Amino acid sequence: MKSPRSRRVLVSLAAIGLLAAVPACSGGSGEERSADGKIKVTVNGQPPQTQAFERMIFDQDVAEFEAAHPDIDLEPHEGFMEVESFSAKLAGGQLEDVYYVYFTDPAQIIARRQAADITEAVKELPHVDKLQPQLLDVFRDGSGKLYGLPTANYSMGLVYSRPLFAKAGLDPDNPPRTWAEVRAAADKIAALGNGVVGYADFSKGNQGGWHLTAWLNSLGGQIARKEGDGWKADFNNDLGRTALDHLKQMRWTDDSMGSKQLLQDADVQRMMGSGQLGMYLAAPDNIPTLVKQFNGKYSDYGLAPVPEGKGTLIGGEGYMVNPKASPEKIKAGLTWIQWKYLNPDRFDSFTKRYADANQPVGLPAVPNPDIWTGALRDQQEAVKAKYANVPAQNYATYLNASTTIKGHLEPPSAQQVYATLDTVMQAVLTDPAADPGALLSAAEAKVNATLAQVR
Amino acid sequence: MSVSARRRRRLAENVTAYGLLSAALVVFALFSWYPIVRGVVLSFQQVNFVSDPEWVGFDNFELLFADPLFGVAWRNTLLFTGLALVFGFAIPFVTAVLLNELRHARAYFRLVVYLPVMLPPVVTALLWKWFYDPGPGLFNEGLRAAGLPDLAWLDSSDTAMLSLVLVSTWANMGSTTLIYLAALQTIPGDLYEAAELDGAGIWRRLWHVTVPQTRFVLLVLLLLQVVATMQVFTEPFVMTGGGPDDSTVTVLLLLYRYAFVYNDFGSASALSLLLFVALGVFSAAYVRLTKRSAE
Repeated sequence: MKSPRSRRVLVSLAAIGLLAAVPACSGGSGEERSADGKIKVTVNGQPPQTQAFERMIFDQDVAEFEAAHPDIDLEPHEGFMEVESFSAKLAGGQLEDVYYVYFTDPAQIIARRQAADITEAVKELPHVDKLQPQLLDVFRDGSGKLYGLPTANYSMGLVYSRPLFAKAGLDPDNPPRTWAEVRAAADKIAALGNGVVGYADFSKGNQGGWHLTAWLNSLGGQIARKEGDGWKADFNNDLGRTALDHLKQMRWTDDSMGSKQLLQDADVQRMMGSGQLGMYLAAPDNIPTLVKQFNGKYSDYGLAPVPEGKGTLIGGEGYMVNPKASPEKIKAGLTWIQWKYLNPDRFDSFTKRYADANQPVGLPAVPNPDIWTGALRDQQEAVKAKYANVPAQNYATYLNASTTIKGHLEPPSAQQVYATLDTVMQAVLTDPAADPGALLSAAEAKVNATLAQVR
Repeated sequence: MSVSARRRRRLAENVTAYGLLSAALVVFALFSWYPIVRGVVLSFQQVNFVSDPEWVGFDNFELLFADPLFGVAWRNTLLFTGLALVFGFAIPFVTAVLLNELRHARAYFRLVVYLPVMLPPVVTALLWKWFYDPGPGLFNEGLRAAGLPDLAWLDSSDTAMLSLVLVSTWANMGSTTLIYLAALQTIPGDLYEAAELDGAGIWRRLWHVTVPQTRFVLLVLLLLQVVATMQVFTEPFVMTGGGPDDSTVTVLLLLYRYAFVYNDFGSASALSLLLFVALGVFSAAYVRLTKRSAE
């Protein structure tokens, strides 16, 4: 039997052992080379297991890439851009060498110097100069240096329910072309009753501001304009008031937008997927989401160009490189990005895999994002047409207009600007006495303050 | 025995206590105190977690004061705190008094009152979001059944904050009620008997016996509730996102946006420092005032 004294010593040691077990802060993710001497590169953007097909494609690509590049060891990670954890991951050395971003992210990331300058490194990559210049500009700073590469984009359109159009006596093959036509169609669809909503819009989680931006672009306006070295709010004008008045009339005069507001994309997709919604503004990638999540049919959804068509909001995604990455890792990481996402040699084989698996082909979205110019764009369009398996006629109006509508990139400090404009959307959608003019004036002051403080 | 020998022996006797205590101290230092100090330092820096932090003096504070939402967030937070006290302070006390008066099924009602506390806060928020749904939501269905007009609940800036307070009260009153109940049960029965003999009715007994006897618990809980409700986050974050029309943007929600949406950790730390100072000043003043009134 141990003496009380030795027991005390043991307890003390146990306590100290417990302390030793407290994990130390990690100092950084990247060892330069793997055990077999290859350059080790961590990348995210790997789809989760729940998206079985996309995951399979990604993992196959990783294997194929590594076979073709025996000196590179890719370590894929699940996940895309999570703004909430981005800085924490960077601080803790957990941010991948090559990381996924939305088009709303790069400006801030570049301003905070949280991405590597890849201006020189991309000169060794093929085809980069054939990407649409406005998409590359998303990843440039004021002096023209490049910090990332675009891999996919979207432009906003009008997603609509063909069955509800037919039920309401509207022609599904002739979707609304103007906001006045949208209003009339929404009114007819809402008249079907049973909780059916004619038109829905977002007003929460910065998505309200995003959609107000898209609406303004459709009328030929913009949220912010460049003035000297800085930016100024550009929505407190007739176009802004027109958009909000229209929204207000649909919500309160016609009552065609339902009583439940403060909606985000998931809420609206649920309404559309369950056959309770006629129309909403969205990018083409919403259609596969609606079909897959709600067991829908591609033939049930139509996609029209954004109403009025005087401009459309374009957004998208791409990859940037960890500022702590070595030149070797940067080179290897960019090789992967070019091979996987920006590779004309794989247009056909990549698209064929989607078609063979009965995944939608023919939309201006993955596997054929509209990011190229000139001959490469024609080459990709030909591949898309060859394997198209979605009812292209349902999206014909959108596709025909997509080359002629002017694209608008998202404003600088997009998330802050959208957060301010959420308030405007919320007020119009929840208060029948809301005054669009006053709301826009108040928002203008806030947005100008945001734009003046871009740091 | 010399003094130093005695001191050595005492040290040897307490080595286990120090050993065990040091573990807790180090954990506290690492995960509580260090982040607080680091937060204060961050308030005066701009960081990007790549290069060295840059000292920016009071720039972060100036940025906050220039933000139109700064005043709005403080006003909303104070409104939430005020409403939460009206509901969250009075309702649990009355509930505890009623539970204390029960002769039957006391355990059952105690459990029922406490159950909401066991729900994770996000679950509570999502559940109430459905209650508040303007279409098929439970509350509006009830109003319709009673022949009353619908209410917008979360969808109107007039009612959104009050709606959040109701959720918070429902979710948290169980703990407070049980603490009040415990305090009530420590009151000697003969005080009530004496009051009854003097002809005191139920209200006078409550005012002259119950309240003075539970005064200390009431004051401590009031302080804790103010400190807790000033830091409200979950309900507005999950249920309204700060809307409609910024009517539910609270200080902590604004702090969250600065840190995790705008990735401006300097300004977020500056805001947390301001909240820390405000609550510290309030707590100190409160303790002094209650001490003085006790004397």
